[in-house]
Amino acid sequence: MGNKQTIFTAQQLDAYQDCTYFTRKEILRLFYRYRDLAPQLVPLDYTNQPNVKLPYELIGSMPELKDNPFRQRIAEVFSEDGEGNMTLDDFLDMFSVLSEMAPRDLKAYYAFKIYDFNNDDFICKSDLEKTLNKLTRNELTEDEVKMVCEKVMDEADLDNDGRLSLEDFQHMINRAPDFLSTFHIRI
Amino acid sequence: MAYDGSFSADICEKDSDYENLAESGPSQDSFRLFKEPTFNAQGCSEAILMGRVAERSDTSDSESTNSSEGSKEPFNRKLKSSSQGTKCSAATRRVLSSHSTGSHSSAGMSMRVRRTPAVQQPQTSSRDSVHIPNIDGIILPELKEISTEDRPDYLVGLGLGCIERNKEELASNLRGLSVSEGMRKLRAMPLSLVDKMEIRRRCFSLSAVNSLNRNFPCFNLPLVYISRMWRHSTFNALPFLSTLKLWHSSMKKLSGRYGTGVLSYFLFLRTLLFINLLLFIITCLFLVIPQAIHPPPTHPRLNSVTAIELLTGTGYLSQSLMFYGYYSNVTIETNQMSSHIAVTHMVPYCIPTAYFLTITISFFITCIILVYSMSKSFGKSFQVLKSNRNLSENIFCSWDFKVSKKPSIRLQHEKISTQLKEQLSELTSREEEMSLMQRFGNLIVHVLAWVTCLASILLSAVGVYFLSKHTVSSEFKNLDLLFKSAVVSGFNLLLPGIFNLCSWFEKHSSPSTRVYVSIFRNLLLKISLIGVLCYHWLGKIVVKQDRQVLECWENFVGQELYRLLLMDFIFTVLYTFLGEFIWRLFSKKVLKKNRKPVFDIARNVLELIYGQTLTWLGVLFSPLLPAVQIAKLFVLFYMKKCSLKLNCQASKKPWRATQMTTLFITLLWFPSFLGAAVSVVYTVWMIKPSSGCGPFRNLTSMFESGKLWAERMKDSHKILSWLIRAYNTVVDNPLFLFLPTCVFLLVVYLHAQIVDGQRKIIRWLEKQIENEVKDKKFLITQLQHWNEENKPDSTQR
Repeated sequence: MGNKQTIFTAQQLDAYQDCTYFTRKEILRLFYRYRDLAPQLVPLDYTNQPNVKLPYELIGSMPELKDNPFRQRIAEVFSEDGEGNMTLDDFLDMFSVLSEMAPRDLKAYYAFKIYDFNNDDFICKSDLEKTLNKLTRNELTEDEVKMVCEKVMDEADLDNDGRLSLEDFQHMINRAPDFLSTFHIRI
Repeated sequence: MAYDGSFSADICEKDSDYENLAESGPSQDSFRLFKEPTFNAQGCSEAILMGRVAERSDTSDSESTNSSEGSKEPFNRKLKSSSQGTKCSAATRRVLSSHSTGSHSSAGMSMRVRRTPAVQQPQTSSRDSVHIPNIDGIILPELKEISTEDRPDYLVGLGLGCIERNKEELASNLRGLSVSEGMRKLRAMPLSLVDKMEIRRRCFSLSAVNSLNRNFPCFNLPLVYISRMWRHSTFNALPFLSTLKLWHSSMKKLSGRYGTGVLSYFLFLRTLLFINLLLFIITCLFLVIPQAIHPPPTHPRLNSVTAIELLTGTGYLSQSLMFYGYYSNVTIETNQMSSHIAVTHMVPYCIPTAYFLTITISFFITCIILVYSMSKSFGKSFQVLKSNRNLSENIFCSWDFKVSKKPSIRLQHEKISTQLKEQLSELTSREEEMSLMQRFGNLIVHVLAWVTCLASILLSAVGVYFLSKHTVSSEFKNLDLLFKSAVVSGFNLLLPGIFNLCSWFEKHSSPSTRVYVSIFRNLLLKISLIGVLCYHWLGKIVVKQDRQVLECWENFVGQELYRLLLMDFIFTVLYTFLGEFIWRLFSKKVLKKNRKPVFDIARNVLELIYGQTLTWLGVLFSPLLPAVQIAKLFVLFYMKKCSLKLNCQASKKPWRATQMTTLFITLLWFPSFLGAAVSVVYTVWMIKPSSGCGPFRNLTSMFESGKLWAERMKDSHKILSWLIRAYNTVVDNPLFLFLPTCVFLLVVYLHAQIVDGQRKIIRWLEKQIENEVKDKKFLITQLQHWNEENKPDSTQR
């Protein structure tokens, strides 16, 4: 496919293709989406790998993410600095993992990171509570939230240490048939 | 819990390794104990342990210290005492991490380029400060002890060293594979894009990378295009397909607002609609249309239909395709001109045979469909694994990230909250302790309620019976005919109200018991009513000499069923609009409560089952009855949806949708379908058809037409004759029925045992996981202890 794009070198495009689940076309399309968020910040020439980072506010304003209750966590998990400011690499990585081609284990890993609000590599009770409140928009009462957290710990915590580790999470995800279809953003 | 006890119980085969551990000190061999292929991220689990170890060094009240054996306590306290613990844990950690970076699946390793805000990181460049999460986990508690000036060198040295080693190890792992294989593995690794590109650069030479054919090889190309196209089209078609599925979007809205219980009612309605549609299509194709094309000579009768006749089914309708009496008992011979040869072929179509076979086969197909859906729901509700995993799945897997429109997102929030609330209320059915007097009082109330309900059922059954007897013997005025059906429907409507009142007084142990009791009472009512009617028709009308009054009893029975179905529908409409609407006004104005009535799912579902039973009973006598039922269900859906929105609110009672759906399908199968099937079989086999009308006149039983057909076929077709002979030997011989039944029962028993065994194994494995984690913790503390003892003066690198 010989197209005369000048944004990336051929090696860069190949590298992107090899390391994400996107094709050339999709990578270019994603680049344009990235650029549309801030045309004045993002140059049209990435051959010399400029160090451009878009602030979280712009990423969070994308229509696919705008109303998602977890958009901040998603941006934080995939960004380099952990605060939601994303480079193009982070951007591509994020949508690659959230695409339909990414395997279950990879998605489970990142889902675990997203739900781990305090970044301690475990989903503890406070993380669960925050997740619940984001999911239900604070509609559940305090008691109900506590009960749900306890029940979830009972169900999913296999090694009984009071918090969910990555294996517990993956074990639970493996049994959920619709995880792959829900943890998916189409862009 | 004592570590030793669990250790010996579960890792008995590794005792020898444990002894080695005692002799040789910390070595990599000791960690073969921890080689659990099921654990993907050993790093993380070791992080727990290291975190715990370090925590123990600064917390004084961990339960593990209290529960550990006396021998372990000395070195635990040693850990607490000094910051020496951190240095030893560094060495231990090095041993652990060097082992853990060995063989991992991709998900286990993470070299996420991320600065966690919680950890104070040194200001190294973003490319280099890649942290392994197990180090993250360890660093966190240890930071409290390490002095600030030590921190940067410590972290950087350790961090960078480990990272470099890890990247190299990953790259070397990938180098061994072919290029495409390696790329696939690289892509699936949970690393940042930058890291992936670096590893790619390291382990694959430029030429290899360039030679990678990113476009698929030619012979695969069409397949790839096709699979891609298929995937894209299914994704694009998904919204379209879901609109094709009847009422999909309205049901989504309903479930979001009112919960899964109400949704299960509407799903059940849709299932019934499809079953009836199938029934209708079969009878239409093979029965109605052939007869319609060749109408038999009819008596000259009225050609117009009055409204009342539409309701009662008499008059014009009784002479139409609607009822049994219309169908002729002749073999229709059609002249068929073939296109190029001007020879007429006779295509005989025997109506009686068609009638018999159509009804039989449609019942058979319905039976199979019901059994299949029953087995599927049973499978869903009785799972091998721990019941009710749904809660954690609901939380982590139910949010659909694809949804981006604001109203859909709001709907999702609602749906998830209602689902969680439902599951919660299921879990918190608490029992109160009652005194003896209270329990006795409760018992009396229960007994009274049951007596009331049973008495009312009995009275209604007796009433219907006497009414039926009366109706037959008197003259047939249209309104009289309607009166009986109206009475039956009236009972169907009133008595559940009485049952609800009774259960309002009763105190049940849990809300689901209340639901089951109410379902049982309603079921009893409907069974008794239908039972009385069936007895009256099949037992009395057919046998008694009263049949002289009825020249065509099948028509009469068909009309009765038609009337019952219609009256049921009319009463439901009246109840829905007037009853619920008026109740709402009443409760608002008079009772001054703002609470809307709750949609009574059990009662409505039983109404559906009742209607379906009538349809199945009536198909033999009135082949177009499924069409009436289809129209009724269609209108019912929209009506119930409207009334739900206007008059009802979401139920606060719990509703276990899966179990309830299983129950409903079972109820549909067991009393409803089986009862109808048994009556139909009895009718076909035993009862002499009336000689004046219908396709089976002049035969001793309807079944005989099948036998006659079989005999006729025997002479003409070889295969069929063989089949018929096989049928005669197999089905008629009881031994041949007994053997397969035995075999089936054995198979069922075997499967039940297998499921039981699997449950036991799962429980045992879960226990083993718990115990192994404890053992890991124990062994790592041991390791720490020996590290400390053997190298008391070593400084960290």
